[in-house]
Amino acid sequence: MLNGERGAAAQLAMSILVRMAPVCGASSLMDITQAHIDSTLYLGDATLEFAERLAALGARVAVPTSLNVSGVDECGWKDWAVPPEWAAKAARQMVAYERMGAVPTWTCAPYQTQLRPSFGQQIAWGESNAIAFANSVIGARTERYPDLLDICCAITGRAPAAGLHLTENRAGQLLIRLVGVPLPVQQDDQFFAVLGHLVGQLAQDRVPVVDGLVVRPPEDQLKAFAAAVASSGRVALCHLVGITPEAPTVADAFQRRAPESTRDLTMADLRSARDELTTADGDRLDMVILGSPHFSVEEFRRLAPLVAGKRRHPDVKFLVTSSRLMRELAAEAGVLAPVVEFGAQITLDTCILTSPMLPPEIKTLMTNSAKYAYYAPSLLNTRVTFGSLADCVRSAVDGHVVRDDSAWRSA
Amino acid sequence: MAERVIAGRAIVPGEAEGEALVTSEALSFWGGYDFQTGTIIDTRHPLVGVRAAGRVLAVPFSKGSSTTTAVLLESVRAGTAPAAILTTGVDSFFALASIVADVMYGKSFPVVALEAEDFESLKTGMRIVVSPSGAIQLL
Repeated sequence: MLNGERGAAAQLAMSILVRMAPVCGASSLMDITQAHIDSTLYLGDATLEFAERLAALGARVAVPTSLNVSGVDECGWKDWAVPPEWAAKAARQMVAYERMGAVPTWTCAPYQTQLRPSFGQQIAWGESNAIAFANSVIGARTERYPDLLDICCAITGRAPAAGLHLTENRAGQLLIRLVGVPLPVQQDDQFFAVLGHLVGQLAQDRVPVVDGLVVRPPEDQLKAFAAAVASSGRVALCHLVGITPEAPTVADAFQRRAPESTRDLTMADLRSARDELTTADGDRLDMVILGSPHFSVEEFRRLAPLVAGKRRHPDVKFLVTSSRLMRELAAEAGVLAPVVEFGAQITLDTCILTSPMLPPEIKTLMTNSAKYAYYAPSLLNTRVTFGSLADCVRSAVDGHVVRDDSAWRSA
Repeated sequence: MAERVIAGRAIVPGEAEGEALVTSEALSFWGGYDFQTGTIIDTRHPLVGVRAAGRVLAVPFSKGSSTTTAVLLESVRAGTAPAAILTTGVDSFFALASIVADVMYGKSFPVVALEAEDFESLKTGMRIVVSPSGAIQLL
């Protein structure tokens, strides 16, 4: 490929991979059978020039490839504050990646599409939450791929043979034990997001292993965990003992080695992590935002009965960010209509962090997503209240922040 | 203070000189760095509000978003990138940004990995010269 036999785009992609392999500690490249491209995010001229250069050179993906969120909701951006120049350039970047033969999934939850990988599959995925989910929940194998390298892997079908592709690097390093965290808290729908936020901070650059879970949560809770752990930290693989396929026991998670260190987590730690996710003070509320990672049909199914027959307060916007596929599935299942009748808006293909869509008067948000709670203060200069899905709905109806903390305070 | 040289491992070799900006906290450039201004914007990071453009940024490693590389690439194009990045471990995100900047714009910045104790000896405000060999001269 380096000599251009497979075209100029493959040559360029391979030249980058060959320079990156030694950086990643790899002495060779290996085949991968799927890719997820986070380079789709339009940030400015450089990301667009990179995409259009590859496309102009005739780039084609060599493996089934899904696309992460883009910088614009092609159909809905005019309802928001997106500058037209941004929308046009972000759309050009979308076209460039579509031209390479990738599947236009436009979602940060590719594991909830038809391109969900399988256990043990060697894949090259970008998007921090998707990486953490693929490794930790499915047991597929991906290194923590950055933007710009993910597409090089997709075009060549190759990746550095290193990191989490290799069994020996998937062993746990840090043991985190839940101590005295009762069942009602573990069942609370904020628990896994809060746990992820905390584990990401504690893990630093190590592979954490969490022991002491007594619940088998719905997949969307694990999605929330993956997004949180990969925002507050650099975690690409976290063994949840009893949930992660490679971690039926603590010993399996550590591949029978001893942990490098052990840390006990108590309710006090979890309470303070939960408090940290809230950066707003007071009960003012401009918008409820759900869907980072993208809202799934199951989440629409949970939301629908909570909003049925109600209407959001006229002063509080209610936005759900999701994918085209999930909106369609929700519509078919009859769970989209009550959400729309409630007064919610749906944004597709992108989110509030990746598209400059929020008008400046929106200063205070409420969300059940640790990822939104983590990044919105810096990226959007907003303050955020973190709460449960039910709290988000109740607050939107009442017009100000309402939170039921009882499960967290009494435990 | 006497001049001192520490040996680093050149992950992306190159030359740079600048004033050191040192932090022990990992940083995500996406949501953490404004490439229009070259300023750190992560409200949870101790260096929030500090301009890193043109300085030798010492940060142990990247965290968070996969988009850190793309933000750094934008900053190279905009002329707001750090002059060099010094890390503890090998950080592939920083290295990739520099390599792609070289491919796209013929401009890159050195990325050098240091031993933990050498990293800890760095102080904000030191004048630092980075050599292609990975040697770090502290003035």
